[in-house]
Amino acid sequence: MDKKNVPQQNISTYSGNKKAIYATGKDGQYTIVTSSGWSVEEEVTKQALQELERLTEAAYQQVRANRKSPLFFHMYNRRMDLQTLAQSSGFFQWRIKRHFKPAIFKKLAQKTLARYGETLGISLEELHSIPPHHPQNND
Amino acid sequence: MTDPGNFKHDHFAHCESGVMSLLLRHHGLQLSEAMVFGLAGGLMFAYIPFVKLGGLPLIAYRTMPRGIIKGLQKNLGIKMKMHKFSKPEKGTEKLNNLLAQGKIAGAQTSVFWLPYFPPEMQFHFNGHNLIVYGKEGDEYLISDPVFETVMRCESSALQKARFTKGVMAPKGLLYYPESVPKEIDYDTVLPKVIRKNAKTMLKTPVPIAGIRGIKALARTIKKLAKKDPRHSRLFLGHIVRMQEEIGTGGAGFRFIYASFLQEAGNVLNNSLLLESSDKMTDVGDQWRDFALLIAKSIRKKQRAEIDFTAIGNSLESVALAETKVYKHLMRL
Repeated sequence: MDKKNVPQQNISTYSGNKKAIYATGKDGQYTIVTSSGWSVEEEVTKQALQELERLTEAAYQQVRANRKSPLFFHMYNRRMDLQTLAQSSGFFQWRIKRHFKPAIFKKLAQKTLARYGETLGISLEELHSIPPHHPQNND
Repeated sequence: MTDPGNFKHDHFAHCESGVMSLLLRHHGLQLSEAMVFGLAGGLMFAYIPFVKLGGLPLIAYRTMPRGIIKGLQKNLGIKMKMHKFSKPEKGTEKLNNLLAQGKIAGAQTSVFWLPYFPPEMQFHFNGHNLIVYGKEGDEYLISDPVFETVMRCESSALQKARFTKGVMAPKGLLYYPESVPKEIDYDTVLPKVIRKNAKTMLKTPVPIAGIRGIKALARTIKKLAKKDPRHSRLFLGHIVRMQEEIGTGGAGFRFIYASFLQEAGNVLNNSLLLESSDKMTDVGDQWRDFALLIAKSIRKKQRAEIDFTAIGNSLESVALAETKVYKHLMRL
């Protein structure tokens, strides 16, 4: 890529950070140029973030309606899905699915809850509840 | 012994090659990031439909994590000391001991748990590399080569990031050079690793790696027309994200390799390498055109038809252009 084509579009998803890009100067020699981002990257990052947000919001509503346990919300709120949560907690997917049921979740052993808390990086208190209002686009 | 006080941070395009370039420089071997990447045979393509990240397939534009560390050990005879841990506390203790001895260490981490990453970039990716070069109070001093400046990270956060479980779990991996060669026999090693990398891309036996992998992805794209539209849009966006955002993106890796071929061409005074560098630059530009085409397609409102055939064809022409560069390099 030519140095003058290195995008400098100050994209929001970089939050003021810059990336190093290899580009050629007038003499054709490669150097490292810093880039404030390309709108194409911003769009696809936002698309992924919006999808995560959509899933989190849907989960929030289901937990509020008491159709799912708070664990279901916290999984999505931590940008995980069933597979990621299973891999990072070490629980089988079928077990986690059972724990999504409010009645079963309430009866879980402290040890099991502690493992979820650690995997998700939240306290047991947080794990048992959901925030009063689900803030849009939080972390 | 090395002195962390002398450690100098630099901003690079990719975490693993950047970390290795900085570690080697600290131990007295000057190798640019591009040289590190090229000499390790870091260029790759893999489309792995059965390994999912957030429900979407793994698409990699370079070798698997740790591939660069392993490649350098093999091709240059660098000896690396690697430590993995079963208990997080042991991993933190070891890191603290190394720092107390005046050593610096590379570490594998998960991006999601690193607090200095902006929230927009925090995803569950376990293959991120950085250097820990010191500790002040409860904070580690971090040199993360994909950031412009040095960073700081609380010890509990770094421990969490080093000990996430799941795909590519870092297991607290720490690494640093034990011995580095004083000189490198470029005349022998460069042609060897370049030919080998080209051959891997051209003649992989696996239909989802190398050029065959790019073509397989192009075929998958063409079939998206029959799939659920929301999934198709996410899939296309995901390809570009894997290309542009994660690490340094696919096009980015092509430009790093082009820079490597140029440096190699200058070292060996070889015009074939310099020509190949230009061709590889064109390939990188074509990957960017492909990304732009996708961005334009998914930008349109829901009802607008996406021309999957055109996108697939665009990727097929990238595959063709890459093939030509590797065939050219095989004549080296």
